[in-house]
Amino acid sequence: MIPLSWYLILGAILFAIGVASFLIKRNIITIFMSIELMLNAVNLTFVAFASHWHQVSGQVFVFFVMVVAAAEAAVGLAIIIAVFRTRETLNVDQVNLLKL
Amino acid sequence: MSLTAYILIAIIKLAILLWLLLTAVAYIVLMERKVIARMQNRWGPTRVGPFGLLQPLADGIKFILKEDVIPDNVYKPLYVAAPMIALILSLVSISLIPFGGQWHIGHYHVPLEMTAFWTGSGIQDINIGLLIILGITSIGVYGVALSGWSSNSKYSLLGSLRAGAQLISYELALGLSLVGVLLLAGSLSLRQIVDGQSGSIFHWNFFGGWQFIAFFIYIMAAYAETNRIPFDLPEAETELVAGYHTEYSAMKFAMFFMAEYCNMVTVACLATLLFFGGWHSPFEGLALPVPDIWLAISPLFWFFIKIFVFIFVYIWIRATLPRFRYDQLMAFGWKFLLPLSIANIVVTSFVLAVRS
Amino acid sequence: MLHYLLFFIFAGVCLAGALFFLFQRHPVNSALSLIVVMGSLAALFLMLGAEFVAAVQVIVYAGAVMVLFIFVIMLLNAGEEERTRGSKVALILGVPGLIVFFCLMYWTLALPRSQVGHVSIGDFYVSTQQLGIALFREFLLPFEVTSVLVLIAIMGAVVLARRERH
Repeated sequence: MIPLSWYLILGAILFAIGVASFLIKRNIITIFMSIELMLNAVNLTFVAFASHWHQVSGQVFVFFVMVVAAAEAAVGLAIIIAVFRTRETLNVDQVNLLKL
Repeated sequence: MSLTAYILIAIIKLAILLWLLLTAVAYIVLMERKVIARMQNRWGPTRVGPFGLLQPLADGIKFILKEDVIPDNVYKPLYVAAPMIALILSLVSISLIPFGGQWHIGHYHVPLEMTAFWTGSGIQDINIGLLIILGITSIGVYGVALSGWSSNSKYSLLGSLRAGAQLISYELALGLSLVGVLLLAGSLSLRQIVDGQSGSIFHWNFFGGWQFIAFFIYIMAAYAETNRIPFDLPEAETELVAGYHTEYSAMKFAMFFMAEYCNMVTVACLATLLFFGGWHSPFEGLALPVPDIWLAISPLFWFFIKIFVFIFVYIWIRATLPRFRYDQLMAFGWKFLLPLSIANIVVTSFVLAVRS
Repeated sequence: MLHYLLFFIFAGVCLAGALFFLFQRHPVNSALSLIVVMGSLAALFLMLGAEFVAAVQVIVYAGAVMVLFIFVIMLLNAGEEERTRGSKVALILGVPGLIVFFCLMYWTLALPRSQVGHVSIGDFYVSTQQLGIALFREFLLPFEVTSVLVLIAIMGAVVLARRERH
């Protein structure tokens, strides 16, 4: 028996780390990976709540999150490759053509 | 069963299994050299021991005594970790393979599987065993990918890029080819899948379950997953020196080598369990007069015979087929194996739905 | 007792991996620590009775998505991150935001009066079969819609990553 809130706090900390690295990191691939970390944190809370309320739907939702994450990874990495081809850099600070 | 006895039995099983696997790997290497040599009209290793039987020992001593070269400019933590990742992950998956029913030793029931235990009325194994094996194989890519990247050499990098793309592509066909078997068995537990095939040779999934197309997809995808000819592009010596393990020497190289052969054994075990009735004899149900001791040994005997046949086919194919070109490899995986495996799933589920 | 032990081991590994992810400068190291996080999350899923989700977490996330990331890192030969001036807005808003966030977490979850309940091993277990039934009966429409999403994603990836021929 351990409190549900521990799982939720773990998920929250993971999510916070994901947000922090999203803001701090300058490498576009790492920024993209921190999104995956945030999605994983959310998955943990989904599964924890599914276990607490004895509902299968929480786990089913994790599937949809995974499918979206996989699709997002495919498209996002394709965009990264396209950006690298034209700009020859992975630093987000240097991809600023649209900036005033 | 008390906890102490349980742990003791688990440790004994672990020791036996590990010893068996590593010895088997050493002798599969010898067998490969001998068989290929005979197929090419040569003798193969003959000098060390009778018929060259001690050659694996000599190889092992050579690997241990060789100088362990670590080139400059490698990324050391990952360079050292990569062969370990490859070897450990390939060793782990054998623990989920069931080899037979159970043995009664004294008043203990000992299931012939690392991760199974006797509940008092039946054998309980991990009920998502197949998925865990697939998961371990899919993580196994990192050993190859990281070794190439951390070596800081163009041949290694090209080899591991090829390996990464190849393993991801063929994993799809591999996973989908197993769905037909899963539909027939209705379970992800390897033990239950095998139990569903008991009876005679006509109850095996390959013959009775009409899964031969799935089997051929599986075996081709598995050859690609283990980087064997005709899919050994990641280590193609005519193009990439030695591919991802170009910069490795001595024991680290031996680890990659052992990992590859352990993966071959796992692939052969899975093929046996999923398509060829596991430890069940092909003559089951014929009521032949057999002694009791044979009943205890026969599951292991049939299991090892089947694995041996698969390993032999592996070697045979290596001696026979040339290597694919890289675009042919990708086209074969995506345009041929993947649609075929989806068609197999559709047909199998349709037949099952009509039958039920 | 066992549950506490397992939770602390895997939650600890998870947090260590996440912090390593945050502080590493090289993308490959970050990716590897993210794989560690995903693996220990899979173990936590197992403890919560979600065995199939745990297996899929390893196969899909650690085995496919992260391999794709590492593949792209190797393909583009991404080196150590250049340390540039971080955005000021992130610093000004981030630190107070983090403090507020953790206060909020503490206030809603960790205080004794707001006890949300307990979970334990073996209390709730979803077999693959139950999950499949839920997925293909209750959630059939979302399932079909995601297949369209995946199809669009495949086409998008192919179009974006293809080299233009002149």
